Amino acid sequence: MPAVSKGDGMRGLAVFISDIRNCKSKEAEIKRINKELANIRSKFKGDKALDGYSKKKYVCKLLFIFLLGHDIDFGHMEAVNLLSSNKYTEKQIGYLFISVLVNSNSELIRLINNAIKNDLASRNPTFMCLALHCIANVGSREMAEAFAGEIPRILVAGDTMDSVKQSAALCLLRLYKTSPDLVLMGEWTSRVVHLLNDQHMGVVTAAISLITCLSQKNPDEFKTCVSLAVSRLSRIVSSASTDLQDYTYYFVPAPWLSCKLLRLLQCYPPPEDGAVKGRLVECLETILNKAQEPPKSKKVQHSNAKNAILFEAISLIIHYDSEPNLLVRACNQLGQFLQHRETNLRYLALESMCTLASSEFSHEAVKTHIETVINALKTERDVSVRQRAADLLYAMCDRSNAKQIVAEMLSYLENADYSIREEMVLKVAILAEKYAVDYSWYVDTILNLIRIAGDYVSEEVWYRVIQIVINRDDVQGYAAKTVFEALQAPACHENMVKVGGYILGEFGNLIAGDPRSSPLIQFNLLHSKFHLCSVPTRALLLSAYIKFINLFPETKPTIQEVLRSDSQIRNSDVELQQRAVEYLKLSSIASTDVLATVLEEMPPFPERESSILAKLKKKKGPGAVSVSELEDGKREGGELNGGGERGSDPSAIAASNASTPSPSADLLGLRSAAPIGSAAPSAGSLLVDVFSEAGPAAPSSGANDDNFLSSAPSSSSLGSEDPAPPLPESDELLNKFVCKNNGVLFENQLLQIGIKSEYRQNLGRMYLFYGNKTSVQFTKPVEPLVEGGAQVQQVINIECLTDFSEAPLLNIKFRYGGALQNITLKLPVTINKFFQPTEMASQDFFQRWKQLSLPQQEAQKIFKANNAMDTEVLKAKLLGLGSALLENVDPNPENFVCAGVIQTKAQQVGCLLRLEPNAQAQMYRLTLRSSKDSVSKRLCELLAEQF
Amino acid sequence: MIKAILIFNNHGKPRLSKFYEHYSEDTEQQIIRETFHLVSKRDENVCNFLEGGMLIGGSDNKLIYRHYATLYFVFCVDSSESELGILDLIQVFVETLDKCFENVCELDLIFHVDKVHNILAEMVMGGMVLETNMNEIITQVDAQNKMEKSEAGIAGAPARAVSAVKNMNLPEIPRNINIGDISIKVPNLPSFK
Repeated sequence: MPAVSKGDGMRGLAVFISDIRNCKSKEAEIKRINKELANIRSKFKGDKALDGYSKKKYVCKLLFIFLLGHDIDFGHMEAVNLLSSNKYTEKQIGYLFISVLVNSNSELIRLINNAIKNDLASRNPTFMCLALHCIANVGSREMAEAFAGEIPRILVAGDTMDSVKQSAALCLLRLYKTSPDLVLMGEWTSRVVHLLNDQHMGVVTAAISLITCLSQKNPDEFKTCVSLAVSRLSRIVSSASTDLQDYTYYFVPAPWLSCKLLRLLQCYPPPEDGAVKGRLVECLETILNKAQEPPKSKKVQHSNAKNAILFEAISLIIHYDSEPNLLVRACNQLGQFLQHRETNLRYLALESMCTLASSEFSHEAVKTHIETVINALKTERDVSVRQRAADLLYAMCDRSNAKQIVAEMLSYLENADYSIREEMVLKVAILAEKYAVDYSWYVDTILNLIRIAGDYVSEEVWYRVIQIVINRDDVQGYAAKTVFEALQAPACHENMVKVGGYILGEFGNLIAGDPRSSPLIQFNLLHSKFHLCSVPTRALLLSAYIKFINLFPETKPTIQEVLRSDSQIRNSDVELQQRAVEYLKLSSIASTDVLATVLEEMPPFPERESSILAKLKKKKGPGAVSVSELEDGKREGGELNGGGERGSDPSAIAASNASTPSPSADLLGLRSAAPIGSAAPSAGSLLVDVFSEAGPAAPSSGANDDNFLSSAPSSSSLGSEDPAPPLPESDELLNKFVCKNNGVLFENQLLQIGIKSEYRQNLGRMYLFYGNKTSVQFTKPVEPLVEGGAQVQQVINIECLTDFSEAPLLNIKFRYGGALQNITLKLPVTINKFFQPTEMASQDFFQRWKQLSLPQQEAQKIFKANNAMDTEVLKAKLLGLGSALLENVDPNPENFVCAGVIQTKAQQVGCLLRLEPNAQAQMYRLTLRSSKDSVSKRLCELLAEQF
Repeated sequence: MIKAILIFNNHGKPRLSKFYEHYSEDTEQQIIRETFHLVSKRDENVCNFLEGGMLIGGSDNKLIYRHYATLYFVFCVDSSESELGILDLIQVFVETLDKCFENVCELDLIFHVDKVHNILAEMVMGGMVLETNMNEIITQVDAQNKMEKSEAGIAGAPARAVSAVKNMNLPEIPRNINIGDISIKVPNLPSFK
């Protein structure tokens, strides 16, 4: 039996719709609609009260009119009235109208809220669901204020019907998304996590969306969901296709839920519990195995559902990036899909492989598919797929295959779709620069790029080629020769003329010895393009001409004649006219020496990093920049400058990733770097080398110069410059941060470094903000460059292995206007940052105090007050220290007593502190007792500077 | 998250539009037009995914669509959704419509927009998937219809009687209903299974 019987519809509505459909023209349609709107309006305004049926009919008509794209500016009130009807049909159409037509800032919300409140309280599951739907659809702040407290209760109440629970879960999710501050975590949170165990699969389906969103925002509170999700997943994966009955979709058990479970797990690092992890790995293996089994059905829906799970499983494997065995299997599976006859699978395989390519374990495995991917770029009929292929080629490119990939991308560009050309051009330009071993190849590539797709070559690209040619004298002659040849083409792109004009103007002399490219021939060639060019290009050419006069005095008469001609000197464009006049004058009155000084060869550009990358990021939008691209950005500088091998140490990658906080990767980097701790004997000289920069003349000695965390100072001394010794004031700066975690660490005329940090147990995370106070670009601190007035951020993760007394060093090098700045500071990481406060009663305190009575366990200092002895200030400082400030412990109320435990990886050190101020003498006595003598001593030293 | 669900026919006439994020009415219409423009120019054998139009978030969002006979079903989703999963969801939606309307065709969607909205509401709520089990969805829709009928039994009787009389006087009405404005044949969706 059909669920909707067709005869029951509203006749008036059907007639109206047929009328509309019979309209021969747009005008007739509008006329009919206006007539109907007038009719409905009069009915709504009329004296006769409308019955529910008529109201419903008219509201339906309004909905239909709205769908056709006409504004509806009335009827809202009638719809709201329908909400309070106790007939399901009327209520339902009222809610429908509101969720389609009422936006979140409507004035009607209060009335609507009232109706919703009644329905939620009605205990009629159908009405409750309608109300919850309405909240989820409108999701305004007023609604969140009214219902954010109520809905969690409905969700976890024992007697709530399953269908209502489902709606409540998604309703809560919507409110959490629109007004997170109003949805307060409470005792319901743990019960929500347990919905993953619910018997009703529909409830699990709805709840998992909610849990995923909440876990992303509060990972710690929802940690327990990992083991629950794994066991649920394992039950689904291992079930026979008939076990889950209705949730089996074309012989695949609960595909949607499986996907969502795998997504949820991607919010967390691999489970730490061995048993849970084992179970999960087993699931992932089963999913990979099932992909190899013969299909249970020939229907596309069957393979679709199966592969949906498979792709999510592969995403999870890539996310964990820790199981080489699974990664290789994932890569092989994707390799199979690359040649699958289903276009969808080829598309998704290319997309997943892009992320796989950035994993160290599988980068090589991905590279083996290069031929298939190139083939996809050439032969796929679908532009979406071709675009993914281009993305993957970009991701898998490295030094070994750069030439092949760049060549293929260039040849693809010749007939690429217009929509992706600009992005392709940027990618080719970046790859060519990043992996250029010999610069003639680079110049060839960029000139080809301009020849093939000149319209899509943005200014950044051609600026960049000129910067590189100017900065590298080994390529200048070749560049001049190549542009000269390229300009011979009868039709060449204006961008080519710009590059040609600039390069010949600077380096035309390098090829002038050849009679085929004598100065006059060069000039005539350039000038033959002049009249076809736009004003900015002509202006550039005029500058090239005056440079010619300096390079080749024999061209002076010819060029002066050109400058003197009416079309230049009386040009209607002010800029061109001015240049012509000035250059003409300059060339006729200045002596050769003056001319040579004014028109000297351009000095090398200070900027060493590519602005093209920034352009690509901008183009893709803020959300779309993948981690691999950020990472690439950092590799880039090092490779171009030094030409060294990239460090194959995975920890270097994790560390260079630091500007995008990702907890799983950064800790890895830290362990090998161990910035803190006496585990390394030379703890004092440990170095956090932010970006040691190889200068322009750096020998290509293989300096690891993009490795920003290097554990041994020697690795950076391979580079061209050693880190400077710490600034004299760095100890003072350090002391500022003993009792606080945030603030400005360093400031001079150029640079300001701000710090925000947080610590938990023996771990810490520090955000460094580098602000450029000038209006000029800095090149190479954290990001490739810091624009004038801009700020970049770097994240450092810290693990305290054992107690320590010397702070780690932070070395910053960057270029400001060509001059290398080299600053070394102490990072404000002190042992007290790892304090865990301990509350204890007076009796306990003194008992412990006595236990720590060995002379070496105590450190004491008596010192003069540097600041006013204000009790509140002292309290604040002691709290900032991180230990617990204990009240009513010391018999003398003037004294301060604190207790805490220093957490290090190796051990925990209990510390007790007593500070006795003497207001009369303006002196303090500070006593520290701890189970480790070095800790007492260090804390005492640190604290003595604070008061 | 699902940002929007759009159904339009081969000529771009919207048959259902449901936005889970707020846009102005004008923008909604433009999104529908833009989406139709993007989707309709694609060949039949290409993949079912493409980047969203500029209005609905560009490359941050994906359009995932299926084409059935005269209708395009387009889901605009963000990166948190599985592409193939959404394709399955579209299939479940269409199969559910097919069960509810018995061989659903474009005209059913036109004349029963409210029902289509109700069925969709049983599957997707606030941009998130509520239920994927077709039988469960149909049970809910059936229950609603029963309630509707029982209400119509008491209150709807006079209105239905009137309309029955009017129907007798105007025998040409049903024929009118079936004549399309733009000569669309009314092919049924390919039957499932």
